[in-house]
Amino acid sequence: MSDETTANPWRRRALLGLPLLAAGGAGLGFWAMLRGLGTGSYDPHGVPSALLGKAPPDFALAAPAGSDLPALTAADLRGLQRPVLVNFFASWCVPCVIEHPQLMTLKRQGVPVFGIAYKDKPADALGFLARRGNPFTRLAADEPGRVAIDWGVYGVPESYLIDRQGLIRWRWAGPITEDTMAADLLPLLRRYSA
Amino acid sequence: MRRLLLALLLVAGPAFALSDPAEQLPDAAQEQRARVLGRELRCLVCQNQSIEDSDAELARDLRRIVREQVAAGRSDTQVLDYLHARYGDFVLLRPPFTAGTALLWATPVLALGAGALLVLGLRRRRAAPVPQALTPAEQARLAELDRTP
Repeated sequence: MSDETTANPWRRRALLGLPLLAAGGAGLGFWAMLRGLGTGSYDPHGVPSALLGKAPPDFALAAPAGSDLPALTAADLRGLQRPVLVNFFASWCVPCVIEHPQLMTLKRQGVPVFGIAYKDKPADALGFLARRGNPFTRLAADEPGRVAIDWGVYGVPESYLIDRQGLIRWRWAGPITEDTMAADLLPLLRRYSA
Repeated sequence: MRRLLLALLLVAGPAFALSDPAEQLPDAAQEQRARVLGRELRCLVCQNQSIEDSDAELARDLRRIVREQVAAGRSDTQVLDYLHARYGDFVLLRPPFTAGTALLWATPVLALGAGALLVLGLRRRRAAPVPQALTPAEQARLAELDRTP
């Protein structure tokens, strides 16, 4: 067997290089994975939405008791002037606090953001908005969390971008950070506003 | 004392999240069906557990949905389809065979194939070369070596 390999120097070199190449490839893949984990573009625990490209489920939710904002039903998400963001949040949810400034930025830019308070007491949800500012133009309460399950929500915050035809174009599970805004949401808003 | 503790440890059964009797269906057969279905469904919060094993709030909600539908007389397929429509392949602990899951399903076959190739390759290499008869020159040399004390 050694005769065979020493007889052909190229074969010998290829056999030496192969493990190096494999290790290099694996290292590169690992580096890309870690980088993705850091920036949030790769999430092994992320559950891809089953509703992308589809209309949201049929639902009718009332406004939380004491709210003076209009409530939210499936009909409000059809035939829109411009794309809207539907945001599931809760006063007990810490990442929602991280996300909140970005929602206020969207409000200042004139992007309609509709809020659904998930498993939250009306007074708590309204208190959260009174303390931190209200980014929503519509506000609904899903205290049992059943409508959220119809949307495929598995945690808060979770956001859905609905285009003018009323189809879900983007779903983000977790807080919308400044990076998410710049890299994903704002380009998508531009694309679907056109 | 130590023996007693050990015995107690051995007696203790597996801990199921579904310990709350209020969650269970009154009909034992339906409850059994709901449990089997629940073990097919992944908890989306603590992802290596089924909704039957998980203590997450969402898992409890999904258990309730499964039980409601079982009690309403819906078939196993209808119940699984209901959740599949909302959470996609991810919710099924045994995902369907599609282009996206092909690699997942094929992994055992691929691993077995790679192992078989490796074994074949090693066997071929190890095959000992057939010894050839000595040449007359070698025979002469051998005879010479034998003679020297």
